[in-house]
Amino acid sequence: MAESLLSLRINGEAVSTAAPSHWTLLEVLRYRLDLIGSKQGCDKGDCGACTVQINGEPVLACLTLAATAQRGEVRTVEGLSWAPEASQGCHPLQDAFDRWDAAQCGFCTPGILMAAEALLRKRAAVVTRDEVREALAGNLCRCTGYTKIIDAVVDASEVVFGQRGDESTDDSAQQTGS
Amino acid sequence: MSSSEPPPNVPVTPHVGKALPHESAVGHVTGAAHYTDDLLPRYADALHAWPVQSPHAHARLSQAAIDDAAALAIEGVVTVLTVADVPGANEVGPVAHDEALFPEEVMHCGQAVAWVLGETLEAAKLGAAAVVVDYEPLPAITTMRQAIAAESFLTEALVIESGDSGDVEAALAAAPHTLEGELEIGGQEHFYLETQAAIACWDEAGEVFVHSSTQHPSETQEVVARVLGLHRNRVTCQSLRMGGAFGGKEVQANPVAAVAALGAHKTGRPVRVRYDRQLDMTMTGKRHPFLARYRAGYDGDGRIVAFDLQLYSDGGYSLDLSKAIMFRALFHCDNCYRIPNLRVVGRVLRTHKTSQTAFRGFGGPQGMVAGEDMLARVAQAVGKPAHEVRALNFYAEGDRTPYGQLVRDAERIPRIWSGLMGSADFEARRAAVAEFNASHPHEKRGLAITPVKFGISFTTSFLNQAGALVLVYQDGSVQVNHGGTEMGQGLHTKMLQIAADGLGVTLDQVRLMPTRTDKVPNTSATAASSGSDLNGAAVERACAQIRERMAEVAGRRLQVPPMDLRFAGGRVFPFWCAPGHPDHGASSLGFVELAQQAYLERVSLFAAGYYRTPAIHYDEAAGRGKPFHYFAYGAAVSEVEVDGFTGQFVLRRVDILHDVGSSISPLIDRGQIEGGFIQGMGWLTSEELIWAEDGRLATRGASTYKLPTLGECPEAFHVELLPMAAEPAVVKGSKAVGEPPFMLAISVREALREAVAAFAAESNAAPVELGCPSTPEAVYWAIEGVREGRAKQVSAAE
Repeated sequence: MAESLLSLRINGEAVSTAAPSHWTLLEVLRYRLDLIGSKQGCDKGDCGACTVQINGEPVLACLTLAATAQRGEVRTVEGLSWAPEASQGCHPLQDAFDRWDAAQCGFCTPGILMAAEALLRKRAAVVTRDEVREALAGNLCRCTGYTKIIDAVVDASEVVFGQRGDESTDDSAQQTGS
Repeated sequence: MSSSEPPPNVPVTPHVGKALPHESAVGHVTGAAHYTDDLLPRYADALHAWPVQSPHAHARLSQAAIDDAAALAIEGVVTVLTVADVPGANEVGPVAHDEALFPEEVMHCGQAVAWVLGETLEAAKLGAAAVVVDYEPLPAITTMRQAIAAESFLTEALVIESGDSGDVEAALAAAPHTLEGELEIGGQEHFYLETQAAIACWDEAGEVFVHSSTQHPSETQEVVARVLGLHRNRVTCQSLRMGGAFGGKEVQANPVAAVAALGAHKTGRPVRVRYDRQLDMTMTGKRHPFLARYRAGYDGDGRIVAFDLQLYSDGGYSLDLSKAIMFRALFHCDNCYRIPNLRVVGRVLRTHKTSQTAFRGFGGPQGMVAGEDMLARVAQAVGKPAHEVRALNFYAEGDRTPYGQLVRDAERIPRIWSGLMGSADFEARRAAVAEFNASHPHEKRGLAITPVKFGISFTTSFLNQAGALVLVYQDGSVQVNHGGTEMGQGLHTKMLQIAADGLGVTLDQVRLMPTRTDKVPNTSATAASSGSDLNGAAVERACAQIRERMAEVAGRRLQVPPMDLRFAGGRVFPFWCAPGHPDHGASSLGFVELAQQAYLERVSLFAAGYYRTPAIHYDEAAGRGKPFHYFAYGAAVSEVEVDGFTGQFVLRRVDILHDVGSSISPLIDRGQIEGGFIQGMGWLTSEELIWAEDGRLATRGASTYKLPTLGECPEAFHVELLPMAAEPAVVKGSKAVGEPPFMLAISVREALREAVAAFAAESNAAPVELGCPSTPEAVYWAIEGVREGRAKQVSAAE
């Protein structure tokens, strides 16, 4: 099968690799670049486990031709950090997901994080539960009841945008007492 | 702190009982946690496998006549696996040996008849499309009703009868009132986010090594050995972690691993098998669809006096675990209710579909839905609120189930019930719902509370055993191996907590190892909610042995009787010198130092722990025994709002009170409860498997098979754990939590029933005929049904 050369920018680095020209970004990430954090859940855009960002927008890597991704800045879960220059340390979303136990089997988690991170960046404010529901509408999770995921994203936005403690009406936060 | 003496073996600040995040949490959120197929980059020369799938539900073919010439001509196709390549048995069935890996009689649409190995996945797929198979199509049975008519069965009739034969008939005849019902209960696709996957290769010693996304590494090992004609000691199977399983990888992972191993055997190269979603949905078994027919006898108050239930399950083409699944349905049709005369007869039907398999609840949910359907109809018939009729029939302390087991802790049922009614504000909300319904002709709300009693143990008694292997190294670091697998349920986290407390060390001193058959042999599947109970006890016992030996060494050093020593926080000390005591530092010993000392004194620092559940048994022929070690209890309140024009509904609020004993890991248990409930809600309200008449599965992806998303998740979702609920017969006083909460979702279906009933005139006593799953479409037709009933009544009155 004919392979063509791809020049991509992934997680802030220039990367070159050869791959069949019909390959999706997900295939190139997983099978050429060993970036296995992006998951293959349904192979056709139903589940969101492969969600990455291109130029800050969440996209489904399983429906994106790798060739078209050459035009943008690709970001995967491996490159997740709040401040790109500070490569060490946890993103507040990652930290919140740990504290809320928002990942059970963890397979949907990378995609959910990338969708949630795009939401936080765009909103640049404490997000509401409804905003989280809308932003993550394309991400399936089969283990949790989603509640912990919503809790974690809202919590992370409070950490980042500094309104902690102002809204203590959240029952589930009290229940978990994290 | 020093004044009160900690009880033996309980650390001062235990890890057990603490709300800790998942043991792999950091790996999950950074993408560094590997799942089976993520290991592929480590096998540079791996071949990819793709199946040749039958387009027919039932057909004959000759393996020898499979024509692979065109496939082999495709660039990158390496070989085609057929029965001729099998050195051992062409047989992968788990209980009955009734599943050919390479069939000559196709038994379901989509069944693999041959496998193509390619240098690339594309090559394998192109090759599979080019393989020519000459099928001779045969008549297929694709519905339960066809199977009943054709007497196509996989089992004999399985029976549980509470009294003597004939009691139920007599009780029905003598009952003040009787009613009949029939209910078809849909199946369910597991839709674990990680599809089935395996990579097989030759290990350094030239033997078979299989990475498998399996809940049951020992059986996967056994099936691989069977197909390759090897003893099990030459096959090692590892289950690193799974991206969800829910029962779908209890036996269905076996053929995946067998194909990979066979490919590696034939080619000498690593072989990777990964189903894509469509393969997974068309090739693997699902939750069994059921057909329930019943008669119930009751008095004017709604007290059930007799229940005669006939259950059929659609087992698909082979036995799989269907018999045990049907037994669990039988064991759970009574749910929390004392039914003096009960007869339940279950039979597994054979159809030309995927072989239906284990799925969270394992038949229990289907039996329970049938029982709750009956209760709801009785309530409607006697004109009383369903929650009152349910409570009227509860088991009391001292009662026995129809199969003769004492309902231990039956008092928890009313305790949970009244506690939840209070915390959910049930009565006031019921009044509010009635008020809403009176003023809204086109939208109706429904509020329902339902209980759960779920039996814990494998009902196949011998499976209730587990092993662990705990290793302490000279530097005081610890490895824990046990037979259970991690599928996201948090088992490894709980095992870490138990091990850390068992040795009195900190969590970061303990490493939980991937589950492998060369560490603990002959394990049972991580299933039946029992993973933590069984493996936890084994881990605890292994740690206790090591601790005892180390205490001997420490006792000599500290001049203290070993039995007076406590292990906590990475130190060993006499119980009167607990941390905080002024002499703690001087009269204690570090665990690291002690490990080194023990080694120098030639004291063994590793131990195997073994546990078997005591006193469980079941006599299938008699229908009597004590199949369960104990029961887990819970209840849920759900409130829905239904649109009368479309049947669309929203779940407004859910309240749950659930019994997990003394929780080992409250954060994890809460996740199991929430996730189990939502998965149960999906099964009962949105997930609908559609098979075409020719046996093709029409719902092959999430685009046509509606899984719960954030949009269906209730905005108000209150989950509480039952306090003061220690279970003395289980490790750390805990209770199993994997499956029981699934059935709490029956409250959603019952709330929908209440809402549908509200569309009828008050005087209409026609039963609500609500399909299951109760999708918006089914709800719509149920509303039409009660409106018709109402119209009929009006015309009759005229």
